[in-house]
Amino acid sequence: MHTNSVAQLIEGLRERQFSSVEVTQGFLDRIDALDGLYNSFISVDASAALHAAAAADKRLATGEAPPLTGIPIAHKDIFCTDGMRTSCGSRMLDNFVPPYDATVIQRFRAAGAVMLGKTNMDEFAMGSSNESSFYGPVRNPWDTGLVPGGSSGGSAAAVAAMLAPAATGTDTGGSIRQPAAFCGITGLKPTYGRVSRLGMVAFASSLDQAGPMAHSAQDCALLLNAMAGHDPLDSTSSCTDTEDYCNALDNNLQGLRIGLPDEYFGDGLDSATGECINGALRELEALGATLVQVSLPHSALTVPAYYIIAPAEASTNLSRYDGVRYGYRCPDPVDLHDLYTRTREQGFGDEVKRRILVGTYALSAGYYDAYYKKAQQVRRLIKQDFMNCFEQVDIIAGPTTPGPAFALGAKSDDPIAMYLEDVYTLAVNLAGLPGMSVPAGLVGDKPVGLQLIGRHFDESRLLNVAHRFQQATDWHLRRPESAAGPLTGGAA
Amino acid sequence: MQWEPVIGLEVHLQLATHSKIFSGSPTTFGAEPNTQASAVDLAMPGMLPVLNEQAVSFAVRFGLGIGAVIGKRSVFDRKNYFYPDLPKGYQISQFEAPIVGRGSFEILLEDGSSRIVGITRAHLEEDAGKSLHEDFHGQSGIDLNRAGTPLLEIVSEPEIHSAAEAVAYLKALHSLVTYLGISDGNMAEGSMRCDVNISLRPVGSGILGTRAEIKNVNSFRFVEKAIRHEIERQSEILDDGGEVVQETRLYDAERDETRPMRSKEVANDYRYFPEPDLLPVVIDDAYIQAIRDALPELPGDKRQRFTEQYSLSKYDANVLADSRALADYYEAVVAECGDAKIAANWVQVELLGQLNRDERTIGNCPVSATDLGALISRILDKSISGKIAKQVFEAMWQGEGSADGIIAARGLQQVSDSGALETIVDEVLAASAAQVQQYLDADDAKRKKLVGFFVGQVMKLSKGQANPQMVNELLAKKLV
Repeated sequence: MHTNSVAQLIEGLRERQFSSVEVTQGFLDRIDALDGLYNSFISVDASAALHAAAAADKRLATGEAPPLTGIPIAHKDIFCTDGMRTSCGSRMLDNFVPPYDATVIQRFRAAGAVMLGKTNMDEFAMGSSNESSFYGPVRNPWDTGLVPGGSSGGSAAAVAAMLAPAATGTDTGGSIRQPAAFCGITGLKPTYGRVSRLGMVAFASSLDQAGPMAHSAQDCALLLNAMAGHDPLDSTSSCTDTEDYCNALDNNLQGLRIGLPDEYFGDGLDSATGECINGALRELEALGATLVQVSLPHSALTVPAYYIIAPAEASTNLSRYDGVRYGYRCPDPVDLHDLYTRTREQGFGDEVKRRILVGTYALSAGYYDAYYKKAQQVRRLIKQDFMNCFEQVDIIAGPTTPGPAFALGAKSDDPIAMYLEDVYTLAVNLAGLPGMSVPAGLVGDKPVGLQLIGRHFDESRLLNVAHRFQQATDWHLRRPESAAGPLTGGAA
Repeated sequence: MQWEPVIGLEVHLQLATHSKIFSGSPTTFGAEPNTQASAVDLAMPGMLPVLNEQAVSFAVRFGLGIGAVIGKRSVFDRKNYFYPDLPKGYQISQFEAPIVGRGSFEILLEDGSSRIVGITRAHLEEDAGKSLHEDFHGQSGIDLNRAGTPLLEIVSEPEIHSAAEAVAYLKALHSLVTYLGISDGNMAEGSMRCDVNISLRPVGSGILGTRAEIKNVNSFRFVEKAIRHEIERQSEILDDGGEVVQETRLYDAERDETRPMRSKEVANDYRYFPEPDLLPVVIDDAYIQAIRDALPELPGDKRQRFTEQYSLSKYDANVLADSRALADYYEAVVAECGDAKIAANWVQVELLGQLNRDERTIGNCPVSATDLGALISRILDKSISGKIAKQVFEAMWQGEGSADGIIAARGLQQVSDSGALETIVDEVLAASAAQVQQYLDADDAKRKKLVGFFVGQVMKLSKGQANPQMVNELLAKKLV
């Protein structure tokens, strides 16, 4: 049962092949049995999940249940969940139990989904390897010596290892797409503003966006249907109409123009990874698409611009963690200054502190114009590059990452090397565009992700291209051996 | 050396919106601590601001009230600093692109003259909460009820040159914002808080001296005292050949002095940058026009109209147009009695006098404008004298009913019946034979004095109800 896609589970539940309680129990058993290997969950509340599953079964019995009724879903621990700890991977929020649900959580509840638990992540979503979590690193199910990517590494690993059929993630600079690529699953970062940010712990407000992570494009479409839509309580959420993201999945790709940016196929790209990507592109060509060479001339400025803007916003977004109202407070503060400094010194990890320092510096008097303002100008140029490309092509394609997953610890002492992991994903966030990562091959045992980038609010087309690709290939159906585990073919 | 003070004022005006500027929490004053603080106000993780449109419309109304340029694309910024009563660790404010640009308005000086003072800008921002240092045994309490209350920060040009002018500016501003209905202007509850920037320069110099900023002065009286004190302090320093240090000072009302704030409290680099959780506020002409169309008559226009329509003196017009409530009251009295002059006198002397004595405002005045107008009508139709009217007014103030009711109940109707009056006059003349003789022997000047005596006697006997004009006529007829 755990090998089923969300689409298959929906069908099975409707046809009473199994109940939501059975499905949920199956995944809970797998988490119990296997997550010691991966550390992909921070919190699991089995009884709450089973309770919700039982309620879902009752609704299913009435024949009038919303689309995701009874489907277990794991949520990144960045989404606030009413009554359940929301740690954001940080000691700072280790004791934080929100009295409210994020809009994304509310929407999944309304769509009937069952929350399995909260997944591990880089602290405050800052990282590309899931090594910065207060709860320890997540391990890649394809090879537990490798990182799963980050920051939504727990969600990616949980789905890859079939501990959950699907999960939510958030993507500020690649945090859905890069771990999806490393773990061989499908992940979608929607257009900025497509999914509400309310109740999602903020990292960089102008870049953060929530999206689905699952085995297939079709599953991502099913999840996006539940997540997308205007939220009057998030001023940056878009009023653009949503659509049924499943509608266009089967459209054929005849005449589709796919842009291949020179800058994404240059020196930094691992050659074996490049070969996988080229293979995937030939497949798309065979499906009727035309490949067009394009250029994103300001690509070289992406990493520097991102690493000014994101830390700048983060530095002030994280000011609220001061030990005064909730969250971690240092023991026995002697005065206000001591309360602030020791709380933040002890509550935050190194990567978070590094970004707060960088961001604070970039916004300081005398540096603002040279850094933050300049970075915003660069951001406009980067966006313009994409707009220019989209006059010639319908989507842009390339590798999600420069290479496959790397070993745990390999880059954790070298922040710059770590930041360069996101070289192909960051620009999408700066431009506010939708982007996907789709399994496109293996380098040895390591999955490779094909990145698809679309016009603003053109999620349907990305999902269509990914779905047609997945109809023609089986990369998204490959599963890591470690996840075969003791339960294979058994109860679940 | 003669020093000229150069003063600029920054007023933080609390806007009278129903809910906070970025959350749905109510803004009522005086609630139990932290009962009006939502997850947004507490800066819980993932919470986001949503701009209150009413705050925007109030700011635009203010802008139009001072003839300012309205920022058609204003931007919210984050002003970053750590303080326990600032839950997010930043205040959402407006820095580079405020909603209200340059404007000006008229202030009235004590000598009755007026002046135009420039406004540099006004911008929207959120208030912080309050730190409570008492009752917590060496710790501090935080009350976040006020956190997120909308403020309009109004920055004047440095065009004010004395404590008295500063007070006049604040009074005119208070009058304007209450006219506009955008603030309750309640100083005691902190609805208008003032920071004073002040420097001295030699009289005639065009160069500005080094300024000190005095924070958070919360009443007209304290503004005046703080400025006087600061002028004195700075001129002593300058007279001794010293230099004023640019610093932020705090006015201590109890000791009547300003003193420097600890440098820790002021040494901030606020790291302003555009608030990414909010979109720029874009305002179109139709929006501005709709607010313009709904603007009430403003104090200057009203004063002008009062002098023209009611032939009031400039002074009377200034007093009566001071607040919209008083002006409305006055006009209702005029509408009832039809005599603008007498109405002006009654409102200014009797009504304001009583309000002052009872420490009341026009808002909770026990005598309605219609009732006062009816009382004045009784003077005009000679039913009662002005003197009796004051008694009646007193009784009305005590809640004894309408003017007519009190006049009837107490039998205060003026006696204009010539037969009845004649009887009283005769009685007085008979009882004052000596004075009558004196009168007859006296010259014109002395006679006038003695007539006064007879009138007084008649009034005494008639309990003040005799029609004075008729008494005079009767006396003139009989004293020959």
